[in-house]
Amino acid sequence: MGTEKIIFYIFAFIVVFGATMVISVRNPVKAALYLVLTFFASAAIWLLLEAEFLAIVLVLVYVGAVMVLFVFVVMMLDINVARLKEGFIRYLPLGIGVAVLMAVMMIMVVGPEYFGLDKIAAPERHGADYNNIREIGGILYTVYVYPFEIAAVILLVAIVAAIVLTLRRRPNTRQQRPEEQIAVKRGERVRMVKMSAEERK
Amino acid sequence: MIALSDVLILAAILFCLSVAGIFINRKNVIILLMAVELMLLAVNMNFIAFSYFLGDIAGQVFVFFIMTVAAAEAAIGLAILVVLFRNKRTINVDDLDSMKG
Repeated sequence: MGTEKIIFYIFAFIVVFGATMVISVRNPVKAALYLVLTFFASAAIWLLLEAEFLAIVLVLVYVGAVMVLFVFVVMMLDINVARLKEGFIRYLPLGIGVAVLMAVMMIMVVGPEYFGLDKIAAPERHGADYNNIREIGGILYTVYVYPFEIAAVILLVAIVAAIVLTLRRRPNTRQQRPEEQIAVKRGERVRMVKMSAEERK
Repeated sequence: MIALSDVLILAAILFCLSVAGIFINRKNVIILLMAVELMLLAVNMNFIAFSYFLGDIAGQVFVFFIMTVAAAEAAIGLAILVVLFRNKRTINVDDLDSMKG
């Protein structure tokens, strides 16, 4: 068993452990932190699979932005955790049963019998001069340029939707009205007065 | 040398764990959103494994798009959650029955 395989199994164990804790801990803040652990270990596995750019993006975007958003929302809402855990024990056997059944079926399909090393051999590792970001950029800005632009529009729509949803107008607070401010004319603000000079007293 | 099947099995286990999470945490919307994120992570791991073993960079481009959409989904979902909590003071799925569904 090579070093690569040992590293893979260590991080795979961390991923499975983190995911198990995410779905089983009581406190949503702890669940979010375990989700961060899962994302970090997944990023390590992606590095092992030569997807360096996406591994970094996973850490920056997911751990840096999405999970911080999760923790922020969890801490902002004052949640009664005890009530939310009702039915945990009741649905536990069903959940485990369905998960085990699904896992067995999926592993029967994707197991070593069809996707083992003898069926699909591992490719040669690229040398130090191979640039993953250059490869992705080369195909992203040529073949996939329209989907790329659509992704940008989706992010813009998400920004607008999130802001509009959470925008709160209080009726009795004083606000600026920018449309009136920019529509103002010079004559409404400045009054020219013609008067003769006065002697200083 | 890790085989393709190792990564696929890991992704399958991750997916099944998140399905179990949706089953056992059906009251808490925040944990449900986290389970959805875990599912997307499992799918992304499949894409990257096939991209590496088949030598096709297009799989990584798809992961890029999935992550874009997932980030947008998380932002909007959490915004809806904040508005929901502001109006009803709860995020328990059982209390969200104003549409009598």
